[in-house]
Amino acid sequence: MGMTIAEKIFSAHCGREVRAGELVVSDVDFMMGQDGTSPLAIEAFREIGGDRVRDPSRVAMVIDHSSPSPVEGISNLHDMMRAFAEEQGLKLYDVGWGVCHCLLPEQGHVAPGDIVIGADSHTTTYGAINVFSTGVGSTDLAAAMLTGKLWFRVPHTLRLELGGRLAEGVYSKDVALYLAGQLTADGATYMAVEYAGEVIDSLSVEARFTISNMAVEIGAKAGLMRADDKTLEWIHGRVSRPFTPAEPDADADYQEIREFDLDGLTPQVAEPHRVDNVRAVEEVEGVPVREAVLGTCTNGRLEDLEVAARILTGRRVDPRVRMVLATASRQVLMNGMKSGVIQRLIEAGAVMVAPGCGPCVGTHNGVPADGDRVISSANRNFKGRMGNSSAFIYLASPATVAASAVAGKITDPRRMM
Amino acid sequence: MEGMVYRGKAHVFGDDINTDYIISGKHKFKTLDMKELACHCMEDIDPEFTVRVEPGDFIVAGINFGCGSSREQAPLVIKHAGVAAVLATSFARIFFRNAINKGLPVIECDTSGIRTGDELEVDLEAGKVTSLTRDDVTEVTPLPDVMMDILREGGLTDYLRKYGGFEL
Repeated sequence: MGMTIAEKIFSAHCGREVRAGELVVSDVDFMMGQDGTSPLAIEAFREIGGDRVRDPSRVAMVIDHSSPSPVEGISNLHDMMRAFAEEQGLKLYDVGWGVCHCLLPEQGHVAPGDIVIGADSHTTTYGAINVFSTGVGSTDLAAAMLTGKLWFRVPHTLRLELGGRLAEGVYSKDVALYLAGQLTADGATYMAVEYAGEVIDSLSVEARFTISNMAVEIGAKAGLMRADDKTLEWIHGRVSRPFTPAEPDADADYQEIREFDLDGLTPQVAEPHRVDNVRAVEEVEGVPVREAVLGTCTNGRLEDLEVAARILTGRRVDPRVRMVLATASRQVLMNGMKSGVIQRLIEAGAVMVAPGCGPCVGTHNGVPADGDRVISSANRNFKGRMGNSSAFIYLASPATVAASAVAGKITDPRRMM
Repeated sequence: MEGMVYRGKAHVFGDDINTDYIISGKHKFKTLDMKELACHCMEDIDPEFTVRVEPGDFIVAGINFGCGSSREQAPLVIKHAGVAAVLATSFARIFFRNAINKGLPVIECDTSGIRTGDELEVDLEAGKVTSLTRDDVTEVTPLPDVMMDILREGGLTDYLRKYGGFEL
């Protein structure tokens, strides 16, 4: 039998053929921590007796979850990260740079065929550019900073073949939500997912990130795609070191292959309080919303802003709705200023906060009131996720978020196209 | 963690208990003081949990316990709340790994027969859970050797202090 993308990547790193189910110790090509996880990693690093990070050029720390800091406790933890980064000579992305999962690919830290760990569950994002990237905890990050390695179980792979063509008004976020609804929150636990088929081929690299980002919402360890011409073009000019993409064999040994025909898929919405509680927008239309969030590592890239701006141009956000915009990175923000898309969003009534995670993780920048219903382009809608356990979060595409912000209620974006 | 046998009462939760429920983001970013954070353990789904739980008790859950974020604060607050181990039908993989790394035993077994208040005995080395209340024994899915070794050392930091690297 042939090999999956995950098996190919682990085999290349181990210098021998390894198969799903095997436990291996592997070099880690790049590793990352954010401000919710790095302080514990630094503490664990010291506890192990760590003195020097093995290879600081392979480590980045990102201040994005509470950025800029809303309270003194967090400010001091940020300073702990700054001091560690300076002492160890590793890259720190301080306040204003943006969300780790937008930054790592954007800044050229990760390349096809790499093994990457991040102390953040949405590290699966880089699977879209053929990186075996997975979320770990702080102590695993500390171990990898110290030794350059980590142990892994080579995962079995669930292959998802997505056929058909997405209709107008339907985006990769709708695909990710639909898959979460179909496969459920533990549909791919312990497994890598390989996404393939004409739907994936047709998507831009930015749109693909959205799907791999949400692989963890079905329990997956990684959300992998092959590197095609679009991937290589996207990588070109960002990554300067050599890399080797991993192509799955035609006769790869999959745990399971599932086919979905996405012709006729309509915009999708995840209702509170579960990401897999998904319905077609037609069934949810009319639910009043008081807050709309555009941004996050799922949908805070330039393309997402453009989709929302196309709906908002010439329209106004309903005066009863706070529309919060948080671009996924400074680069996205600057590109959006240059293209004018930021201007259009602000003119329509959006309020912009610093590039980062705040509105999504409930640390600051848009905590809803009791009973508020929120439409968000983020990836999680758990009770309390945005900082108030008496609020209700609905997840949708940037288009559905924009249309709902205008109407003041959940609205099918195709009505405004 | 000699012998790795634990005895305590069960506190039963449902399926898909995510790490936001275990410790909310609004608390966890502010401090590294786990004793303080432990006061908020399970707050959003069971505000009385930290009042009821006694040292040595167990959290018992259904499928996919610990899904969601990678926050290591989740197993840490459970441990600091006094919980001896978590038993679930299945675990989300990052939580599972984090728990072992922090020396919190996680036991994958059929939990469908366990009710809140049941008296349990968990024997990790022997791989079995005995319900003293219901007088039955459940087999535990065995851990890979590397995870048992990490657990025997009380967590990954002590393991690495001893071994210097990973031994499979």
